[in-house]
Amino acid sequence: MEKFAQLDGLVAPLDRSNVDTDAIIPKQFLKSIKRTGFGPFLFDEWRYLDHGEPDMDCSERPRNPDFILNQPRYQGAQILLTRENFGCGSSREHAPWALLDYGFRALIGPSFADIFRNNCYKNGVLPLTLAPAEIEQLFREVAAIPGYRLQIDLESETVSTPTGATFQFSIDPFRRQCLLNGLDDIDLTLQHVAEITAFEERHRQANPWLFRNPEI
Amino acid sequence: MTGRTLYEKIWDSHVVRCDSDGTCLLYVDRQLVHEVTSPQAFEGLRLAGRKPWRVDASLAVPDHNVPTVDRLLGISDPISRLQVETLEKNCTEFGIPLFKMNDIRQGIVHVIGPEQGATLPGMTIVCGDSHTATHGAFATLAFGIGTSEVEHVLATQCLLQKKSKNLLISVDGQLGPGVTAKDIILAIIGQIGTAGATGYTIEYAGAAIRALSMEGRMTICNMSIEAGARAGLVAVDDKTIDYLQGRPFAPQGGEWEQAVAAWRQLTSDADACFDRTVQLDAAIIQPHVSWGTSPEMVVPVDGCVPDPAAEPNPVKRKGMEDALVYMDLQPGTRIVDIRPDKVFIGSCTNGRIEDLRAAAAVLKGRKIAANIKLAMVVPGSGLVKQQAEAEGLDTIFTNAGFEWREPGCSMCLAMNADRLEPKERSASTSNRNFEGRQGQGGRTHLVSPAMAAAAAVAGHFIDVRELEI
Repeated sequence: MEKFAQLDGLVAPLDRSNVDTDAIIPKQFLKSIKRTGFGPFLFDEWRYLDHGEPDMDCSERPRNPDFILNQPRYQGAQILLTRENFGCGSSREHAPWALLDYGFRALIGPSFADIFRNNCYKNGVLPLTLAPAEIEQLFREVAAIPGYRLQIDLESETVSTPTGATFQFSIDPFRRQCLLNGLDDIDLTLQHVAEITAFEERHRQANPWLFRNPEI
Repeated sequence: MTGRTLYEKIWDSHVVRCDSDGTCLLYVDRQLVHEVTSPQAFEGLRLAGRKPWRVDASLAVPDHNVPTVDRLLGISDPISRLQVETLEKNCTEFGIPLFKMNDIRQGIVHVIGPEQGATLPGMTIVCGDSHTATHGAFATLAFGIGTSEVEHVLATQCLLQKKSKNLLISVDGQLGPGVTAKDIILAIIGQIGTAGATGYTIEYAGAAIRALSMEGRMTICNMSIEAGARAGLVAVDDKTIDYLQGRPFAPQGGEWEQAVAAWRQLTSDADACFDRTVQLDAAIIQPHVSWGTSPEMVVPVDGCVPDPAAEPNPVKRKGMEDALVYMDLQPGTRIVDIRPDKVFIGSCTNGRIEDLRAAAAVLKGRKIAANIKLAMVVPGSGLVKQQAEAEGLDTIFTNAGFEWREPGCSMCLAMNADRLEPKERSASTSNRNFEGRQGQGGRTHLVSPAMAAAAAVAGHFIDVRELEI
């Protein structure tokens, strides 16, 4: 997993609440057996005027000029500013894969759906929450100031605005360490093999039926 | 010592180790695997040179991509076909048990787990699918995970987790006739909102939950994620145990008695503490219909499409306005004046035998209305289909004008060929009315199986209680 320490990035605002993972990456793209290549199809139904299918060349597709990510001023954005409950619905990890592949490394919103937030952590994407008033301020400023960038520092858990404000955020300390060091969860867990094996043996003694599955 | 909730009991019995910050390694008893969220996990194992920790803990089945017609012809879409073939290849390579597409036991992963008895009380169950909470109906801690976590469980049989908070949803009293488990869960989501239970595990309790069949409880737990909760569960009682006895994966002989004695403990203690409690009176719950693009946008069938102008919260108001544009509805429109084009009965929410019986009871001796372009029943599994056919339900459906299909996820998420065309409107027994969920530009109204059947007959939404059954 790629490390995340600091980010100085252009911000794009997505002014909608309850953005679900079906909207982030529609189902037809989930047929892929790869982890990469989802970026061109991020927000496909909002971003293009035609119907998207996997393996399409998106450079020729008609774009929806009203969709925020199609506006020239937000090209190259790395930070997505969102509303409540972003990432709700399906557990598809293709959603953070698509956001990352597009270029987003951080998401800022008042709240995120649980499974989605977890999936972001596993992919070096930082979903951070700020207070509603701070979110409002960011939406106002990003609309008013062309080229609006934010500086995110994960070590100090701060977001700094070009207007001189600094907001404090807080993420789970374990997740923070994993992001800062690019740690792989499986490697971490496999350090505890002896404990897992011992637990498994106790568990088997207490619940033998859980370990007797029929041949199918 | 104060009492523990059901969730805490299952949690405590699966903790391998905990760090001081509360990050724990939780042992996983069962991992269900399907074709969409697993290929990258198996690839990850291969790249790292790892083997699955315990193959018999997994059970795999293709469900999202499978066609529901002409199945013996195989899958015509080459990308879907590759994904299903990749599942078969991975299961063979790593030794994971698999029900193939043409196996009678194939079906939606959340239907076949309980059906096979592979879902047992007290288990921790995960799957790369957010509707894994379905299995919570059997007093399991069951939740959806991402693909990285699928790989993590394959490699270590554990997950890194933090304990969630406890939410008790008590549905007291008795449901009226014609009102179902689906209406209960839609009413709950309408009340607490689509993020109302984020960070919580829900326990559903109360007389109305106890009175439900296991199928009904599965419908309720299934949609916990639509209220924001990763997991929802129901305590063990006689119905739980009766349902499981004799199923292929269930314990047998003396071990069955030993297991049942352990399962009887799987209830919240009387003095257990919940972080939050929500109460509903079952007697006043009406059949529900969703009108918008989030499962919280629901009203009773005798209601009207709400007016965003009456919503004080500007973010919510904008959400309602966007939903009305997408759904092509006007505030104040009566729900019974909305006319679906297609009717879908199926999914992990409502694709079990009881659901098909409820729909067939409405359709018996009736025909679908002229404006219904397509009405289809997609049983949740091959065994559900077989049971329904043994009861003659397929004849009732086809006589009414419904298509009788092969099992799978189908038009719940439209990954296969079953979908809404742009601007088409559905009455659907599935779980999500998101934009584009059932096909780009499609408009979904979530209802119970009986309400979907009634809408098919009337050609518009109608209170199923007005029909003589």
